[in-house]
Amino acid sequence: MSETKKPVDINALMQAIPYARYLGITVDQRGNEVTTVLHFSQQLIGNPVLPALHGGVIGAFLETTAIAQLAFEGGAGPLPKPIGLTIDYLRSGKPVDTYGRAEITKQGRRVATVRAEAWQDDRSRPIAAAHGHFLLQAADDTTTS
Amino acid sequence: MAADDDFKPEHIELMKSVLIEHVPHAKAIGLTVVDAKRGQAWLSVPYAENLIGNPETGVIHGGVITSLLDNACGIAVQLALPERMSIATLDLRLDYMKPATPKLDLMAHTHCYKVTKNIAFVRGTAYHTDEEDPIATCVGTFMLAANRAVPMPISPETVDEAMKLLAKNKDGAA
Repeated sequence: MSETKKPVDINALMQAIPYARYLGITVDQRGNEVTTVLHFSQQLIGNPVLPALHGGVIGAFLETTAIAQLAFEGGAGPLPKPIGLTIDYLRSGKPVDTYGRAEITKQGRRVATVRAEAWQDDRSRPIAAAHGHFLLQAADDTTTS
Repeated sequence: MAADDDFKPEHIELMKSVLIEHVPHAKAIGLTVVDAKRGQAWLSVPYAENLIGNPETGVIHGGVITSLLDNACGIAVQLALPERMSIATLDLRLDYMKPATPKLDLMAHTHCYKVTKNIAFVRGTAYHTDEEDPIATCVGTFMLAANRAVPMPISPETVDEAMKLLAKNKDGAA
């Protein structure tokens, strides 16, 4: 992985995904660190009594965070496709901005394993964590999806 | 209730307002309760441009399927409980079998197959028209009595209570 790759503007890539844009996800890219930000809005609420973020939104955010990290490390090309994702809900998501980071635990040729974490005001108190497998597509592979 | 397995159409109508209208994100993506019975729920989400995950192909984002299945699992759990209580997702595992077909609506069928004192176990499938040809499947666990909740409107008393709480929340949210 030492050869030079085309640098990718991850934020622009994410803004091109309608659902990521709809949820209000942006990417803060500093050097080799990629942090995703889920900007709070009322439509992200799942439980208005608490209130708390919708579990599906948190899942979608973690999936997007994993894809952002894969795109960052993998360079330009087709977006990786989720194969499986396991989400652990650790705390209820408060109605504030949420941050996400992901780490590639194993980079294979066809499949990558990624861990992702989301937190709000305290990085050491994550609201959710996920691990998943993603199918990588070579730039010249134009099959499914 | 005599026929425990079936909810009357008016109950399903009311569930829509309690379970969907009441949940901003469910409402935002257009979730609808299509059918319900004891411990089981059928929900749909209409295809929409803002739900796309791959702009080149128009395929719906995996996260939409997560939202649909998470919400549908929660409803199946509510429908399996003897009384309405608040629940919280503990974990949810999703397997994506194939990409959703652009322009087609998504369906989910979820089944809460076991409830213990603290935990409910549920599984579900997302598909277009044939449940045997799934787009994704999921299995999840929910913590019971996690916090306050709007009662499930399936008996006269809880209908009243649910309507009251909904009215109150509507005022509060405005």
